[in-house]
Parts: sequence; C-alpha cells; structure tokens
Amino acid sequence: MENKVEKLEEDGRRKFLRLFGAAIGGGGMAIAANSLLPEAAATETPAKAAIPAIPGYDWSQHHWAFGVDATKCIGCLRCVEACKVENNVAKDPNHFRTWVERYVTLEGEEKARIDSQQDPVNIAAAGAEGKYRFANRYKDAKVEKAFFVPKLCNHCTHPACVQVCPTGATYKTDDGVVVIDHTYCIGCQYCVQACPYGARFFNEEKRVTDKCTWCYHRITKGLNPACVEVCPVSARVFGDRNDKQSPISIFLRNNRVTVLKPESGNAPNVFYVGIDKEVG
Amino acid sequence: MEALYHVAPFTGYIYPNESVVPWTVLIVIYPYLTGLVAGAFTMSSLYQVFGMQRFKPVAHFAMLTSLCCMLIVPLPLLLHLGHAERALNPMITPHTTSAFAVFGYAAGFYVVLLLLENWFVFRPHIVQQAQQRKGLLGLFYRVLTLGSYDLSEKAMSYDRKWIFALAVVGIPGAHGLHGYVGFVFGSLKSREWWSSDLMPPIFLFSAIISGVSLLIVLYALSCKLRKVPIDLDCVKGMAYTLWGFMMFALMLEAVEFASLMYRGREGIEMILEYVKGPLVIPFWTVQLGICSLLPVLLLSFMIWQGTKGKTLIVGVVTCAMLVLVGVLMMRWNVVIGGQEISKTGKGLLTYHMPWVEQESGLTAAILLMAPFVLLAVAVRLFPPWEDGKAAH
Repeated sequence: MENKVEKLEEDGRRKFLRLFGAAIGGGGMAIAANSLLPEAAATETPAKAAIPAIPGYDWSQHHWAFGVDATKCIGCLRCVEACKVENNVAKDPNHFRTWVERYVTLEGEEKARIDSQQDPVNIAAAGAEGKYRFANRYKDAKVEKAFFVPKLCNHCTHPACVQVCPTGATYKTDDGVVVIDHTYCIGCQYCVQACPYGARFFNEEKRVTDKCTWCYHRITKGLNPACVEVCPVSARVFGDRNDKQSPISIFLRNNRVTVLKPESGNAPNVFYVGIDKEVG
Repeated sequence: MEALYHVAPFTGYIYPNESVVPWTVLIVIYPYLTGLVAGAFTMSSLYQVFGMQRFKPVAHFAMLTSLCCMLIVPLPLLLHLGHAERALNPMITPHTTSAFAVFGYAAGFYVVLLLLENWFVFRPHIVQQAQQRKGLLGLFYRVLTLGSYDLSEKAMSYDRKWIFALAVVGIPGAHGLHGYVGFVFGSLKSREWWSSDLMPPIFLFSAIISGVSLLIVLYALSCKLRKVPIDLDCVKGMAYTLWGFMMFALMLEAVEFASLMYRGREGIEMILEYVKGPLVIPFWTVQLGICSLLPVLLLSFMIWQGTKGKTLIVGVVTCAMLVLVGVLMMRWNVVIGGQEISKTGKGLLTYHMPWVEQESGLTAAILLMAPFVLLAVAVRLFPPWEDGKAAH
C-alpha cells in the first residue's frame, strides 16, 4: 500500500516535471520567436488597450509631425531653455529633450566644426550650466559656411527605442508620438542605446528614461510644443498632417525635406530643410 | 554622498545626452558571468552527453559551478536598473519585439534546468545525508529529497535518463542564452561597434573558453586544497578543449574586426582613431596580446612538446587564468568600447569607472567573487568529486 502511494507520488512528480519543462520551454520559444519579428511590430502598441482619457481629445483623429527649417535658426537657444522649464528637465549640460547644433566650416577646411550648447566653451560663455548660449568662438576666423540645426526626438514611424523596450513602457501613440510611461519603465536604458539620434537620456531624479514628447500635455490641448511656441524665427514647425492647412502640412508641401539617418530604417517624423551632408 | 551621475570626458562632437554613459561596468559583468555559465555547462555536457570519460573528474563540479554563476547573473542587471522593484515587469508584460524581454524567461528556464539537473546528479548524496544527518542540516537534506528516497537501480536509471535529457536540452539552452546576450548587442543598429551578425557566435565562443578556463583553474585549486593529485588526463583534455575553442573565438573576432574595417561605413574614421588610440592597452595589448595570443602559443607549444606533469599543470593553469582576464577584457571592450564611440561618428568619450558606489568597481568585484563564495559552500553540501575526498 505504502509502495503504491509512493509510486503514485513519484508518477505525479514525473508528470509535473514533464509538464513544467514543456511549459517553460514552450513559453520561452514563443517569446523568442516573436522578438525576431521585424520592427514593424514595434508599433503594435501595448497602449492600445488603454487610450488616455484626455477630455475633448481623440488620438485617432490626429497625425502629428514636426518640421525644422535650419535656414531660419539663429541659435538663440530659447527653445532649449523653454523645453527645460516646460518639461522640468534637469538644468545641467548633460540632459536635454531638445538641443541645437552649430556647424561651422572655416575657409580652407573640408569638414565642419560642430558644437552644441553643451560644449564647455559655450557653457563658459553662458556663465552658468543652467543657461544656454553659443560663444562667439569663430569671430576671428574666416567662416565659409555656418548654420544651426535644432535636434529633438524624431518620433519615428519604426522607433528602435520602442522595439527594444522589454516592458512596453515606451510606446507609439495612435497620433504618432513616442511616449514613455514613467510609472512602468524599469530604467534599463536599452532604449537609450537603441536610439541612433541620442534623443533619450536617463532621468536621474525619477530613475527612468526620458525624452521629448512634443509636449504631449500641450498638443493634446490644442497648443504648440514649448520649443515651437518660443522660437522667434519660426524655425520649428509643428502640426497635424491630417489637417491640410496646418503649418506642418504646408511646410511639407512647400519644401523638399530630408530626415536624419534615413539608413537606420527608423523613418523619422521630424523633417528638415536646409541641412548639410554631415548632419546626422 | 554618491554622485547622481558621472560625466564622461569627450573629444570631437558627441550628442549632448551621450555624455553620461548608460551601461556601466555592471553590464560588463553580466555577459561575463553568463558566459561562465555557458562555458562550465559545455564542460559538463562533454561528459554527460558526449560521454568523454576524461572529463568525469570535473563533470559534476562543472554543473555546480554553472549553477552558482547563474544564480548571480541577474544581480548586475538588478543593481543597474533604475527601478529594481519593477524588475518583473518584462516578465509580467513582455514586450515581445524586445530582444531583452525574453531574458527573464530564458534565465528562469535555465535556472530551473540547472537546479533540476543538479538535483538529479546529487540525489544519491542528498538521500544518504537525509537519512544520516540530524538537526538543521538533516532537515535541509530531507527537504531537498522532495520526498523521494528511492535509490533502487530502477530509480537511478530513471535519474540517468533525466540527467541525459536535461544535459541535451541544456546545450542549446546554455548556448542559446549566451548567443542571445550577443544578440542584445549585435542587433542594435545605432552603434557600429556592436552592430554585427557575428556578435552572438563571438559571445558564445568566448563564453565557452572562459568557462573551460574557469574549470581548469578551479579544478587545479580544489585539488590543491583537498590535497589530492590532479588528474593529468583531464587537465590535458581541458587544455585541448580550450585550444580548440580559442581557435574559433579568435577567428570569429578577427573576421568581425576585419569586416568592420573593410566595410568602412560612415564613422569609420572615428572607429580607427579609437582602435589606434584608447584601445592600444585594453584591446591590442591585454585582450589580444597577453590574454589571447600568448596562451594560444603557450598551449600550442605544450601540446607540440607533449609537456607532462607539473609543468603541464602550471602551464595550462597560467593560460586559463590569462584567458579568464582576456574574456573579461573582451566584454569590457565590447560593452564600454561601444559606448565610448559616439553615435555621431564624430567624437570619442572616456568612461571612468567609479570605485565605490552602486555601479562601481567594488560592486563589480563583489559580484565576480560571489559565485565562488556560493560554490565554496555548495561543494561542501554537495561534494562533486569523483575521488570521494571532500573539501576541507
């Protein structure tokens, strides 16, 4: 009798082991197989199940996009400052949701000299880390060509950052914005690595990753992103591509535009006019 | 007070957000430990699956080593996370397009596999101890029997079938786990230094050589501590295994490096500057020269000369120790190296490792030591020695 019970227990254990092994192996294989799917799947947003309840806003009715006319930018950096204030970004020179790059080609040189507001020379010129300006460092040089390039998250159609996020904390909304759920992000920074544009950073205070959201809290209320709002020369253009008369639709209709690093396959949604070949 | 973040000095032009290096020394330790797991398991499989009798002295020890390393593998990741308390989120809601989402499942599966295989291997010892010992230790072994005291020939043959099956599943499991770690890096198109189809096999073969080397060192050390003679045939077999897998590892790395240079895509000037400058010591001198070519030459010489006895042991152990350092340097040069080359392709950064804080040299050192502390306890609880002499 005792032997029988023992035998039954033993059989049960064996069955359990078999089932357990099969379940774990099968589950692992399924996920592994899925993770090999092309990046198009990255846009399959886990947020679909939970559409944000923003009063008077239906994200299926909008298709946001951003334009940058580099020929207009004067490098005043008001956009950077406004972004830092609006989005409570750390006021140091190492964390930016948006920044501006300066490309200067001197006479006799083939390659452009590049700097941003982060450069120590520019920080010194600004007088403090929380202030932003470009130093007049080329005043004694013979400048052949110079221009500024505002940069920000490209809110790509195939965002590599969303593809690699292990939890789905970062996702692409139906209206085309890539956002991060700061309450769900584990802070692994895989997305920081995956972004080819350096648009993501680690929010040291919240211990999660952070980046530009095109001021989602503003655009869903019919306002412009802060950087667009403060730009004194309209170098930054924002709008709804579903609205044919929106600034971005007009911008895209009237200009031949390019995107940054198109070879990455990320298909950015920030469109540029007037940038040179070395801008990436 | 611990600094919130460290700014990496840079030259040329980098994106402003790049000035804080995202993945630190802990992410160097993570693939290193995973590699030791895969390598040690390979050694054990050579006996368990392929029946190579000369590896019998280290087969069970290899399994315990693999388990002890695997138990520590999640720690560097946990210590790196901004929110460690959310560590299970990828398992609760795995984002299936992420190469990293599967880690929890893959690692979990592998831990279970290792636990099961170790349990079957050490079951006779567990049962014996459960019947003999009293007190807390007795209770510990009695719990571990899981109620099964049957050591009959029928039960043992059943156990052997399981050990074989688990070892067979474990080969793709261990190698898949580590190849997948390589994929985590190789699949990122944002960094030219990482983006390579060869990254998974490179990680895999370097993992195997690190695991074999670890066993050579630990086996020699354990024999010395237990005052038993070292099985020369076993050491020689491990030396051959190390030599063989090193050929693959070195070739793959050479091919990958050659392809990177030959393709010469955008940003290659900066990579060349990096290779010729900051990599002279960590890569060319330490990883390649002292810790790869030197051990290969030394091993080749010993095999050619038919070196025997103590000279063979000293030589092979020296080579193994060099390879262990070399693979650690390889992980460093991949993980840190990739981040020291700016995504702009126009600048270089320098990562400075802090010594005492959460993600620092001290933490890395503790994590590297931890598996061996576990192992020192494990070999006392579950003696893996074929000669029957327990550790002192």
